[in-house]
Amino acid sequence: MPEAQAMQQHLIDPEVCIRCNTCESICPVKAITHDSRNYVVDAQKCDLCMACIAPCPTGSIDNWRTVPRARAYSVDEQLLWDELPAELGPEQLSEIGVAEAPAPAESAASARRNDTTGETAFVASSCGSSVPPWSAAHAYTNLYGPRAPLPSIRARVAGNVRVTDLGHDYDTHHLVLDFGAMPFPVLEGQSIGVLPPGTDAQGRAHHARQYSVASARNGERPGYNNLALTVKRVLQDHQGQPVRGVASNYLCDLKVGDTVEVTGPFGASFLMPNHPCSSIVMICTGTGSAPMRAMTEWRRRIRHSGKVEAGKLMLFFGARSKEELPYFGPLQNLPKDFIDINFAFSRTPGQPKRYVQDVMRERAADLGALLADPDSYFFVCGLKSMEEGVLLALRDVAQQAGLSWEVLGMALKMQGRLHLETY
Amino acid sequence: MTAINYTDKIPNNVNLSEDRTLQRALEQWQPNYLKWWADMGPDNSQNLEVYLRTAVSVDPQGWAQFGHVKMPDYRWGIFLNPAEKDRKIHFGDHLGEDAWQDVPGEYRANLRRIIVTQGDTEPASVEQQRHLGLTAPSQYDLRNLFQVNVEEGRHLWAMVYLLHKYFGRDGREEGEALLQRRSGQEDNPRILQAFNEETPDWLSFFMFTYFTDRDGKFQLCALAESSFDPLARTTKFMLTEEAHHMFVGESGISRIIARTCAAMNELKTDDVGKLRAAGVIDLPTLQRYLNFHFSVTIDLFGADESSNAATFYTTGLKGRYEEGKRSDDHMLKGGSYKVLVMQGGQLVEKEVPMLNALNEVLRDDYIKDSIGGVERWNKVIEKAGIPFRLKVPHKAFHRNIGALANIKVSPEGRVLPEAEWAAQVDQWLPSAADRAFVASLMGRVVEPGKFANWIAPPLIGINRQPADFEYVRFN
Repeated sequence: MPEAQAMQQHLIDPEVCIRCNTCESICPVKAITHDSRNYVVDAQKCDLCMACIAPCPTGSIDNWRTVPRARAYSVDEQLLWDELPAELGPEQLSEIGVAEAPAPAESAASARRNDTTGETAFVASSCGSSVPPWSAAHAYTNLYGPRAPLPSIRARVAGNVRVTDLGHDYDTHHLVLDFGAMPFPVLEGQSIGVLPPGTDAQGRAHHARQYSVASARNGERPGYNNLALTVKRVLQDHQGQPVRGVASNYLCDLKVGDTVEVTGPFGASFLMPNHPCSSIVMICTGTGSAPMRAMTEWRRRIRHSGKVEAGKLMLFFGARSKEELPYFGPLQNLPKDFIDINFAFSRTPGQPKRYVQDVMRERAADLGALLADPDSYFFVCGLKSMEEGVLLALRDVAQQAGLSWEVLGMALKMQGRLHLETY
Repeated sequence: MTAINYTDKIPNNVNLSEDRTLQRALEQWQPNYLKWWADMGPDNSQNLEVYLRTAVSVDPQGWAQFGHVKMPDYRWGIFLNPAEKDRKIHFGDHLGEDAWQDVPGEYRANLRRIIVTQGDTEPASVEQQRHLGLTAPSQYDLRNLFQVNVEEGRHLWAMVYLLHKYFGRDGREEGEALLQRRSGQEDNPRILQAFNEETPDWLSFFMFTYFTDRDGKFQLCALAESSFDPLARTTKFMLTEEAHHMFVGESGISRIIARTCAAMNELKTDDVGKLRAAGVIDLPTLQRYLNFHFSVTIDLFGADESSNAATFYTTGLKGRYEEGKRSDDHMLKGGSYKVLVMQGGQLVEKEVPMLNALNEVLRDDYIKDSIGGVERWNKVIEKAGIPFRLKVPHKAFHRNIGALANIKVSPEGRVLPEAEWAAQVDQWLPSAADRAFVASLMGRVVEPGKFANWIAPPLIGINRQPADFEYVRFN
């Protein structure tokens, strides 16, 4: 997973807003508030449902900034603004720990609007669900953090192994953290925050970096109070300039027995369905495989318990090369009738580039059947740049299968069947 | 029910087809409405295709669908906010009782009067603005004008629906009369005086949508609290549309200011003559227009002491702005409120029973809200580094209704002898020369992406369309 999860923060432009209160009166989760100066969106409450976008008479509501999740602009900060802050550039983002620059934020209106071909364009991120599958288990969130009784919890490193081959410019670690007697219940798909020790260049304590949990709900080792992370050592920023990612290098260098300050758990929608007939389609790249590993492992553990009946697992996994794939070996050992695995390598010498969406299109027949099945759930995790390609592939597959993407896309979103976690 | 039935002749979300009598009555009114639109709606606009938003349902996803439509084909209809289950009356003598789904006999006359007065302003403003399209400063502004116009037309529909459904024959007659009165016509004028003034130029239009449509907002907010549930639900949906009108005003003035300030900085001058020669509207002229529209609009709230206002409140017909958010007893029997009166040549505060001062309460809420936007205009001036501030004039300035009517008070609130007023009035209210100057700037600009010299382009397009988007297709 990346060092800090980036998010698209929803903001209101104070220079355009006329303070008409339409958004506040419409917001179903009461994320919008105001004082005598500004109307603002609370990033902790906003679930990106977009209900406020169309009714806003000014367009001021349709503004987005890419920020690290842990550094979202607070309500207090926003109330003092006379204008929106500038977009953070890629350099600034990498400085504060966002390893990959997400695609520039696009407005919801541009996404909604028809383009000149008459085809509806869409913003990939607005297709994702903000609600969990109906059969998801209850997720605990924010047990440790700035708003919780304890700001963080100390975990002990119980394991740290390298999961990619030596001698390359990539280095991915499988890290096991143990919480001892302290409660830290997690579900597959949730993430945790890691607080690197020390301070940044300005002398401020480092902010938390988020990592997806890579282990199943009952522990990396079943019955133990521990969990696993997949951490890629960041040695370059996205321009290829050498930079040492603060948290990833800290984590990759930890020794067994060291302690780590952790916050979380986070996430209440990217959660797996639990009913016996539910199928799961997992689409990921690189360390985006962490939640997929967790879900796959939980399904493997309960495989013979009677809790799984007709549900299938299908995985689309992309990386530059086979050597870069974390968990490549163990994945190969899973029975074919348990999980349908599809790899896509973009830099295999002598072979054309293949991305996950290319492989998805090759498997259109099976994917189409799953899209039509209301018991199937889709999870996408990895680099932001994959999102649009993956969603366009899903749309084309759906249309080939005779399904209306308008109807299906809305159903996937409303029913918690399509989840996106990209950075 | 939130979805709107568009297969009916009259789009609606009130199951109109289940009430044949009502449906027939409204279907008879519809051609008269369309004829009124053809006669009195925007000049020379029947064939234009305008990028308008239309509601397909009253929930957030559905109510702003954009597309090019010819205005006469706009689907005017009847849209009510969803009903709130078991809604209770939350102010006045009936506090705690069930909200009325029908009109109680004893309040019939007053409710009809309230609905007719509100309804009359809607077609009136369309009539006032009907020539503005000929001098639009851009396609973007032309589109906004037309959006405002069609939505005022829909607000008329909202009120006529209530009249037809709940007031029988009287209601139908009132519905016809709403199409017969004409803004500014001597023998059959619109009910409220401010709606008989013409809107001669775009500066007046922006001031009108900022100040006078905001009066609409406050009146609608007060009616959205009404114990008569159909009125509350219809005004709630109207408020969502009303917000766009205030946006047109606030952003319009803001863009004029931005353009003027840019010219002041380019030419390094605040000389009115030089700025006017450069074709922009100087800030003192803007201040005078502001003084005029503010003072005319605060008259619309009615007399500062009013037994009608007290009756409307105690009987539960019309609440206060944000009644539901206030934490008093919602009866107001013992309370008092301070209103301004003239005494011995001085403006003094006088304590009066709260119930009788409810017009003043609403007016004061309105003033507070208006000042907010004026301060945002000042931010634009400040950002340009220019030492000038716009101010709303004193509440007693240039009033024609209530205890302050016809006394001479400066914008700062100083009571003046008649002669001093006459000597200075041209500094405070737009003079004939000001109006002639503004009129001289009004030329039509309709090439996509181009704007008249006196106004800056908007910060963002409608529905985020690009600057050169073809908002209006001329066929």
